[in-house]
Amino acid sequence: MDNVLFEYLLRSGDNCLILSQRLSEWCGHGPVLEEDIALTNVALDLLGQARFWLSYAGEVEDAGRDEDKLAFLRDTRDFRNVLLVEQPSGDYAHTTARQFYFDAWHYLALGELSHSSDGRIAAIAEKARKEAAYHLERSVDWIIRLGDGTEESHHRMQCAADALWMYTGELFEMDEIDRAAEERGIGPNLTALRAPWRVQVERTFAEATLQVPAGQWMQRGGKRGVHTEKLGYVLAEMQFLQRAYPGSQW
Amino acid sequence: MATAGIQTNPDEFQERIDAGIKIEPKDAMPDAYRKTLIRQISQHAHSEIVGQLPEGNWITRAPSLKRKAILLAKVQDEAGHGLYLYSAAETLGVTREQMIEDLLAGKAKYSSIFNYPTLTWADIGAIGWLVDGSAIINQIPICRCSYGPYARAMVRICKEETFHQRQGFEIMLTLSRGTAEQKAMAQDALNRWWWPSLMMHGPSDKDSKHSAQSMKWKIKLFSNDELRQKFVDQTVPQAEFLGLTIPDKELKWNPERGHYDFGQIDWDEFQNIVQGNGPCNQERLQARISAHRDGAWVREAAAAYAQKHPRGARRSA
Ligand SMILES: [Fe+2]
Ligand SMILES: [Fe+2]
Repeated sequence: MDNVLFEYLLRSGDNCLILSQRLSEWCGHGPVLEEDIALTNVALDLLGQARFWLSYAGEVEDAGRDEDKLAFLRDTRDFRNVLLVEQPSGDYAHTTARQFYFDAWHYLALGELSHSSDGRIAAIAEKARKEAAYHLERSVDWIIRLGDGTEESHHRMQCAADALWMYTGELFEMDEIDRAAEERGIGPNLTALRAPWRVQVERTFAEATLQVPAGQWMQRGGKRGVHTEKLGYVLAEMQFLQRAYPGSQW
Repeated sequence: MATAGIQTNPDEFQERIDAGIKIEPKDAMPDAYRKTLIRQISQHAHSEIVGQLPEGNWITRAPSLKRKAILLAKVQDEAGHGLYLYSAAETLGVTREQMIEDLLAGKAKYSSIFNYPTLTWADIGAIGWLVDGSAIINQIPICRCSYGPYARAMVRICKEETFHQRQGFEIMLTLSRGTAEQKAMAQDALNRWWWPSLMMHGPSDKDSKHSAQSMKWKIKLFSNDELRQKFVDQTVPQAEFLGLTIPDKELKWNPERGHYDFGQIDWDEFQNIVQGNGPCNQERLQARISAHRDGAWVREAAAAYAQKHPRGARRSA
């Protein structure tokens, strides 16, 4: 089994899956009907992407695990998503900050992946990049509106941006899997995405009258399966039926 | 835009309706026609919005990624239906804000079916199959109703409801062909959702307050009992195909009538839920109130931003 490729696909798939799961918590509870619909669109796009990545991961692994077995029957330590996406949705500012930090990175990463030496990755990334472009446009728009809205929204937006900042470093971290993938032309040098990501953050926050957080310390671990305590609850909810009725078709 | 002040000759108005001419927002119309439509369309819109909640309850727990995607898209469709219907009602001179305020204040009604809880995954199948199924039967005639914007909104909505019903039936089919536990889950869901689904067609004709005038105005084209019969006739063979038993001992084919006979509906239960005493009335309304209250600062921020930047956000992405 090509372990580098498998791990790489799990990371992409789990990022999309867990963020989609978080976003879907808003369905029916959004601040205004149009937002309820728009957020659900993003959740659906990400879920669709997760299914592509995880199906491919299952094929690469070749051990009989399909997208559902990978999504519903792995425990916390085997999930490979970054810590950012598992953070609670909180208020709309936290959801927006989480989404913006991720979208800005995701769009760049997918742009690189669309040139992957692996044709299947390139094809998935090419399609996903178009969706991510729209997600980013939307989250930029909300960062600006909330940042430069009322005193309350500004305060909430700044708090959320600050609180989630420490989970952004992991997006650009290169470990042995990433280095091996880069060597084979499968994926990009993630460190190189940091500068353009930072430009996007600075430009957006300037327009939103927000301060770019100054914190230096970055949390890490998600990519190796060392998560925050929150992921366990996400999985407990998501996996309930498959765990309670093992081996059933749904 | 409201034409409430214009004198409407009721005979002339009725002639137009009888001739099958659609009434459009700028046309003169009797005040009672306008009020009836506002009540009916806004109730319908509220039902779509509150209806997101019982099914939304299972999005994060859907048993496969495909089912999760289908359910997410379905609940999103319902929000879209709410949006079209609020827009249709707005053409009659009421605002969405006002309608939502009435809902949150407990002054407006929504379909009572959503005051029942979704306890198991099979409930998601049963809702699609039976609740969307009932909704389609109630709504297809409205595609031909006399008020243009309502009729047009309903055409679009019915198309999507048809998908919802098929998807719900598909869930029930998978469960009823699955393990013994899954089949029991499907039967239990049918047991709990059957009677409430029959209530969705409204009170029996002899007790229906608004029916006669609404039928004259072609806001309603079939009576509640006719619609209910149609639903029963359509659904019984589907239950048989699933190998599930409809929880009604009196249900049987009547060859003389060419319809199924069925048992008495517990109208006390129905009235009790309409009065606010259903298992989830408080929860559902509270969920809407919380979403509205927690979203207030977001809506205020968007409004404040729009005021500061009248030409809209500069896209910097
Ligand atoms: Fe609907
Ligand atoms: Fe529906």
